[in-house]
Amino acid sequence: MKSPKFLLPAAAAGILAITLSACGGGGGTTGGGGGDAEQGLDGRGPITYVQGKDNSNVVRPLVEKWNAAHPNEKVTFKEQTDQADQQHDDIVQHFQAKDAGYDVVDVDVVWTAEFAAKGWLQPLKDKMAIDTSAMLKPTVESGTYKGTLYAAPQTSDGAILYYRKDLVPTAPKTWDEMMGMCSIAKANNIGCFAGQFSKYEGLTVNASEAINSSGGSVLDKDGKPSLNTGEAKAGLENLAKAYADGNIPKEAITYKEEESRQAFQDGKLLFLRNWPYVYNLAVSEGSSKVKDVLGMAALPGKDGPGASSLGGHNLAVSVYSKNKATALDFLKFMTSEETEKFYATQGSLAPVLGSLYDDQALVAKLPYLPVLKTSIENAVPRPVTPFYPAVTKAIQENAYSAIKGEKTVESALSDMQKSIESASAGQ
Amino acid sequence: MATELGPTPVKSPASGGTPVHHGPKGVGEDNKILSQGKWATWLLAPTIIALAVVIVYPIISAIVMSFQKDAGLDPVTGLFTAGGPAGFQNYVNWLAQQCAAPGGGTVACPPGTLGGQFWSATATTFFFTVVTVTLETVLGFWMALIMARTFRGRSLVRAAVLVPWAIPTAVTAKLWLFIFAFEGIANKLFNTSILWTGSEWPAKWAVIIADVWKTTPFMALLILAGLQMIPADVYEAAKVDGATTWQRFRMITLPLVKPALMVAVLFRTLDALRMFDLPYILTGGANNTTTLSILVINQIRQGFNAAAALSTITFIIIFLVAFIFVRFLGANVVEQSGATGKGKK
Repeated sequence: MKSPKFLLPAAAAGILAITLSACGGGGGTTGGGGGDAEQGLDGRGPITYVQGKDNSNVVRPLVEKWNAAHPNEKVTFKEQTDQADQQHDDIVQHFQAKDAGYDVVDVDVVWTAEFAAKGWLQPLKDKMAIDTSAMLKPTVESGTYKGTLYAAPQTSDGAILYYRKDLVPTAPKTWDEMMGMCSIAKANNIGCFAGQFSKYEGLTVNASEAINSSGGSVLDKDGKPSLNTGEAKAGLENLAKAYADGNIPKEAITYKEEESRQAFQDGKLLFLRNWPYVYNLAVSEGSSKVKDVLGMAALPGKDGPGASSLGGHNLAVSVYSKNKATALDFLKFMTSEETEKFYATQGSLAPVLGSLYDDQALVAKLPYLPVLKTSIENAVPRPVTPFYPAVTKAIQENAYSAIKGEKTVESALSDMQKSIESASAGQ
Repeated sequence: MATELGPTPVKSPASGGTPVHHGPKGVGEDNKILSQGKWATWLLAPTIIALAVVIVYPIISAIVMSFQKDAGLDPVTGLFTAGGPAGFQNYVNWLAQQCAAPGGGTVACPPGTLGGQFWSATATTFFFTVVTVTLETVLGFWMALIMARTFRGRSLVRAAVLVPWAIPTAVTAKLWLFIFAFEGIANKLFNTSILWTGSEWPAKWAVIIADVWKTTPFMALLILAGLQMIPADVYEAAKVDGATTWQRFRMITLPLVKPALMVAVLFRTLDALRMFDLPYILTGGANNTTTLSILVINQIRQGFNAAAALSTITFIIIFLVAFIFVRFLGANVVEQSGATGKGKK
């Protein structure tokens, strides 16, 4: 305090450390995994499985089961946090350091392309090939990058349109039909439709759904943005128009999954777009006002079911793993029918095997399965691109402005297009 | 001249450490001092090595990275390839808000890219800093004045005031997120239907309110420490001389607490310039609440090297503010002790 000048170097070092340490881990980028991908293909021995927080306690019993059967190839379960962003950054740090200790990794569908392009994921072909014929096609697409499968679909997720059976006799098949039913909501003095429109990953999901459902697409087959189309415009305009005329209530701009679920359960919404997890809560929570009147349907599209965005996780083998033969066996075990069934019953995680959706015992337990199957079959993976972090920001930023009416749908889409072009241009 | 001479005699007894050190030396064991110096070096070495590993290395590594291009995609293999040296390109891109153009070269960053948010994030950061630090100083001072008085239950009040500061920022942000939800307490209490996190000015105020709630106690405690260093007899003397409460506050409390106050303001300013968790959780950076730190974190996910450049820029900005502050603060402290010295005589 006497001579604050002494503070200066200390303060400087402190600030620099804090602002910079976050990126201390990164060095150059690996230029593809050619050499690493050839190594350890026949290796067997103990491996590590890395996944985000095991909230519904499904992974531990599975790992125990595996370990009992494979005493020489034991799996250690490394549990990450439950925050997707932190899981992503943790995996990046370990792969960047070529950590051989991250043998099998649970990868969010949207990270698959990025990690594959960085050369971190073992291509699942030749010796490492797996059978994907029984899996739902969109889930396999989500693990595929440039025509090669890099990750095995493990769990999936698709959107469901929840509606009030007491107010709407039959679910709307198309967006226009749903908007036509908004007069019912008005008559009952409740909001008509809501999804997740807060500026976060959920907005990318909702905006992509709107664009895909009206026949557009964010990226074309070659991964180039294709947003300056009439279809894309019609899709985003659906949301912007509904928000402007009040069919989407004003507060929906602050909704994430939980806020929108709460509003629907409180009886304040006629239609809700959300994930399957809502079902259990809406029929079992004491405060829920929609327990007995909960209807479920596929998302409405242009003239049939809409295109849901795809959620879920894929399993990938690290190119740096020393025991890839064990890793592959474990990966097959974790995507087997038995495991998938366990996931569905124990953790309410949507299976990737089409046959399970028709399993009567399972449907009795999880009544949303038939609707979810339609949803996933019609689903479009979120843009599969190694630049996903930049693409999702571009979509969020511009879709948010467009829905709020701060800019026109055309200029929002053209800015989205330019932002994605710039992100994928590199430097 | 006279005022400059003034502080010098005041200073040497004040910095009492030096004479005390000279004491044993005067006793006459120079060797002991020397070996003590050696000892000190050895004892400090582990700390310095630890600091070098956890601070110096990452800093140098980050600065080196900031002069590298981010990885680009090889269109044929679909794999990322290392970008190579970039010179000052990363820095230029941020400052001029230039983004890569599809055909090579750069264009002005379109809305939706992180590059286009640099100056707005800088403005937002400074706006938050100025408003929150001002409010926290005023409220903190007021709280400190109350806590400095003797009254029943004072220790309880002091402990209670600390509670917001003791709660982790992320938890604070979640708490306020619930309060500011559309169906939350804030709207219910005031019978309003404001979209707190969904429109620009309410979102900014939401961040400011949460930040002030959380960090005013810190301010209050630092100021309280300063207040308690003021001897009571100074006030008594002033009272005897017939000074009013306002005069006592302005002529005694304010100047004497100023060094502590300035350090508190400096700390809070540097802290506020790095603000991250509160807006990140409360608004996700929407509605113009993206601070520089949020931008850095977002950029890390899109490219390490550009992020390293941005954090270096952030560092330089914060360093400059600290530098101006300390220079200004240092000058002020000298001037002030001269003035009070004169005033007393």
